[in-house]
Amino acid sequence: MSNSNWSRRSLFRAAAGMAAAGTLAACGGNNGRGGGSGSGVGLTQYFHAYGEQGTEQAIKKYAKAYDKANVTTQWITSADFESKLFATLLTKNAPDLFEFHPQIQLIRSGQVADLTDIITPVKDDFNPADIKSHTVDGKIYGVRMIDDPQFFFYRKSMLEKAKVDVPTTLDELAEAAAKLATGKVKGLYMGNDLHNVIDTMIWSAGADHLTEKNEIAYHTPGVIEGLKKMRKLFTSGDLLLGAPTESWDPSSLNQGLCAIQFCGMWAMPGIQAALGDDWGVFPFPKTIDSGKQSVYNGGWSMFVNAKGENVEAAKEYVKWLWIDQKKYQEEWATNFGFHIPPRTSLAQTATKLKSGNAAEGVRLFNEFGHFDNIGWTQAMRTALEDVFANSVRKDMDPEAALDKADTAVDRELKKLFG
Amino acid sequence: MSTTETRDLARPAPAKAAPAKPRRGLRGSPTFNFWLFTGPFLIGLAIFVYAPILWSLWLSFFEARFTVTPDKFVGFENYTYMLTNDDFVGSLGTFTAFAAFIVPTTWALSLSLALLVNRLRFMRAFFRSVFFLPTACSYVAASLIWKMSIFSGVRFGMMNTVLGWFGVENIAWLADPNPPWYWLVIVTARLWLQSGFYMILFLAALQNIPGELYEAAAIDGAKPGWQTFRYITLPQLRATSTAVILLLLIAAYQAFDEFYNLLSKTTWGRPPLVELYYKALGESQDYGSGSAGAVILTVLICAVTLLQGKFMGFGRGEDSK
Repeated sequence: MSNSNWSRRSLFRAAAGMAAAGTLAACGGNNGRGGGSGSGVGLTQYFHAYGEQGTEQAIKKYAKAYDKANVTTQWITSADFESKLFATLLTKNAPDLFEFHPQIQLIRSGQVADLTDIITPVKDDFNPADIKSHTVDGKIYGVRMIDDPQFFFYRKSMLEKAKVDVPTTLDELAEAAAKLATGKVKGLYMGNDLHNVIDTMIWSAGADHLTEKNEIAYHTPGVIEGLKKMRKLFTSGDLLLGAPTESWDPSSLNQGLCAIQFCGMWAMPGIQAALGDDWGVFPFPKTIDSGKQSVYNGGWSMFVNAKGENVEAAKEYVKWLWIDQKKYQEEWATNFGFHIPPRTSLAQTATKLKSGNAAEGVRLFNEFGHFDNIGWTQAMRTALEDVFANSVRKDMDPEAALDKADTAVDRELKKLFG
Repeated sequence: MSTTETRDLARPAPAKAAPAKPRRGLRGSPTFNFWLFTGPFLIGLAIFVYAPILWSLWLSFFEARFTVTPDKFVGFENYTYMLTNDDFVGSLGTFTAFAAFIVPTTWALSLSLALLVNRLRFMRAFFRSVFFLPTACSYVAASLIWKMSIFSGVRFGMMNTVLGWFGVENIAWLADPNPPWYWLVIVTARLWLQSGFYMILFLAALQNIPGELYEAAAIDGAKPGWQTFRYITLPQLRATSTAVILLLLIAAYQAFDEFYNLLSKTTWGRPPLVELYYKALGESQDYGSGSAGAVILTVLICAVTLLQGKFMGFGRGEDSK
């Protein structure tokens, strides 16, 4: 009897002890920290999941090589990245550093730290447009890691067979799509929602998102005409719609689902492997006669969470990796997908970008490129995405769709700039 | 002699009370036991349900952009913004259209499945499991299968392959809103996911109908089939039907996963929760407006549920039937 009683109590005590230990362990929780090889402080960094093989391992390799902090990486599914990042930034589990695009609301809400002191010594070696797009009131808030020009990729043999020249206007692009569309192959793919070509269509219409004084600049007759042309293209039946992968993935072109696809320079190695030399690139064509071809110079930058517990340690890591370690920067830019290094010295010596279509991509970047406007926020982007959804995909009057966007963008501008 | 009197007379003498064991601390206390069992759940409920609701209510009166600890009080400004926002108001219309179709369809399908499975004489457990299993599937996983495999817009999508055999051109089920094929995708996904669960509820209710009712009806000349279903089965399922419709309506209000995953970045087919996510939370981080929209939606759900319950007699006593 007594043994049994003792046994039950022991069991209870053991269970209680384990529960308490579990609770304490849970307090440490899965906050993503720890696990690195360095000593001292623990840092967490967020990256969106890049599509190119080897990228995740590379980022973790760089983190492991840093010996002044334990740097842990969270590799987040691309579609969830922005939502997770923004929501987590409001909590104590926010990452110490994260990649994103320059946007003023991050600065106004005090979410990103001033990195001027670590960039200033090498400022002249960065692409001036990259520095400008990260600067507010003379302070620089992010370090550009890669520049990603985005344009059209096309199958040379398909265009030759259909006797189609590389289009230089939006009308020619529509005609090319019609001629290239066959029973099994669609002429053109710009993504299922067409959102990736919004910016380039606006620039190719000779307009811009905002003026220098941060007023609306996209609501022009040229953009309205462009939207009407895009609607015609959308309903032509020559456009690939409902593809399994979005336009950032070159699979639709590689698998022969389309003859022309909008994508980014990062896809070049993958396309080369799939199609050999049977491909070329061209910028987004002129939307209207008075417009100009354009290329979106996207990319990713590294920011430090200003509200984090280890701001200085995070800044040191950013400086170490994205300013001092030029070997890693070149590897990151050219060993997986192709990206243009934002450091001029690296961009000039990157041998993989000096020939063939990669060199052509660099030329388009330099000649037709447009960089991010730091005042153009995520909410404003959504407003223009709604314009495309409403007027191009759903047949709403473009003028009315733009009016509606104006209301949303004005509300944002008022809150940000007064 | 009344039954009561009989009971009084027949009341047995109280058994000799067993000697009371000494109580071991609080273990014998009903109050302690109550809190022991309900406490953890109440704490969880307070922390994870009531506190966020109250916090959301508080946020709805503040300018809360990129922060959940705001300091700028704006009164009812967020409510005015949401109630005058075409997209938010339009999302209520989307919900109405969705609910008007999905609620009766799911009700009818789950009842049909229950009737079918209830009559099976062999492999009953197998078929019950087959119909119930989709309930265990994640809405996100199902949405991705629907989007990328069954209703993919390219030639190797399952539906397009089948249509191709009949010479029909590929259909962009989700990319093009004209015609609105996306409703077919959404509704079939939800029917597949939900019907099994409600089938189980109906099955339980069917098995509670006394067999004597059918026997009596048969003696009175009722024909088996539609007649007994119409005049016996259906009325006996009234309470379950009411509960099922109520649950379906609330589930329709809370629809998010399949809409968000199947129709990302559209301006159509946005039920209220998706609209709130895009307009106020998500990438825009406007927690003030988002909270105001959530409060409006909560009030609306409560009102509709109460009205529906009253209309359909939910919770009405036996005597009022």
